[in-house]
Amino acid sequence: MAGKVVTVTSGKGGVGKTTATANLGAALASDGEKVVCVDADIGLRNLDVVLGLENRIVYDLVDVVEGRCRLRQALIRDKRLPELFLIPAAQTRDKSAVSPSDMIRLCDDLRQEFDWILIDSPAGIERGFRNAIAPADIVLVITNPEVSAVRDADRIIGLVEAEEKGPARLVINRIKAEMVRRGDMLSADDVLELLAVELVGLIPEDENVITSTNRGLPIALNGKSRAGQAFRNIARRLRGEDVPFLEMADETNIIGRLARWFRPGGN
Amino acid sequence: MSRFFDRLLGRDQKSARQAKERMKLVLIHDRTDLTHSAMEALKDDLIAVISRHVEIEPEAVRIEMAQDGREQRLIADIPLRTVRRRRVG
Repeated sequence: MAGKVVTVTSGKGGVGKTTATANLGAALASDGEKVVCVDADIGLRNLDVVLGLENRIVYDLVDVVEGRCRLRQALIRDKRLPELFLIPAAQTRDKSAVSPSDMIRLCDDLRQEFDWILIDSPAGIERGFRNAIAPADIVLVITNPEVSAVRDADRIIGLVEAEEKGPARLVINRIKAEMVRRGDMLSADDVLELLAVELVGLIPEDENVITSTNRGLPIALNGKSRAGQAFRNIARRLRGEDVPFLEMADETNIIGRLARWFRPGGN
Repeated sequence: MSRFFDRLLGRDQKSARQAKERMKLVLIHDRTDLTHSAMEALKDDLIAVISRHVEIEPEAVRIEMAQDGREQRLIADIPLRTVRRRRVG
């Protein structure tokens, strides 16, 4: 078995990298793939809480790299999905504790055991980012339809190309259909035209993301959520399926909500 | 009411449109690392070099960066000074 390494990155913080990593992991694992999510954001550990696994941490990424435990001991199995695992970041160290070659070595070991290795990159373009993309086969750049996120995404796409890890693939997160309709938010087409890269996901703004994160349950496991559906679609695209993109329909008014009920297949 | 007139006069540009226009320029400069003043210097040098060979209209020279996918392209529009034909005889 030779697993694929997918790095989730963005440049700007707060656009949804950790949420995307957790949900793609959950979506792939619920399709029967064997998945490990690696939190590469050393010092700002978060993937554990988003997945609801914060109480199970004994060893972390830095312990593995520095040889204080075996790889197997740092793997935390998910509560619901037996095929989903997490390697948490260290919270009390900094990014310099791990090097790009450490990450490549770690991922080479993980490839033997897993179908997918998902790496949650820290924000920024320094050491932590370089660690995260060093072992990548596929780089997903997450952005929001908002000027600072788009600008940072463009910079990251350029750096990914320069590191010969390109072409990066784009996920546009937190699209507010109602604002796009009013002409007050960049549309997915606008962002795509500006960034000129391949699109792999469109995720609508969805309050359920916050409520499910509060509970430590990935939204991808919620069959009713549109954002959850969008994450499941990205997972299928990563597996090579050709899945049409979700319509970013306006559901803030009654007509939009009614239209959703009558849309074939719900979403 | 003033919004109404703004709209009537086409001044009420949607914010998403403004964002897109601004981002187009910002990204071009980010990608090429060419500042506005560097572009001006480039333009002056171009004018000097080309003027050594042909007569041009220095004030009408336009240089801009255009986007083609993820590639940038420098486009120069350099009008030549019309040589008035001297009438023979």
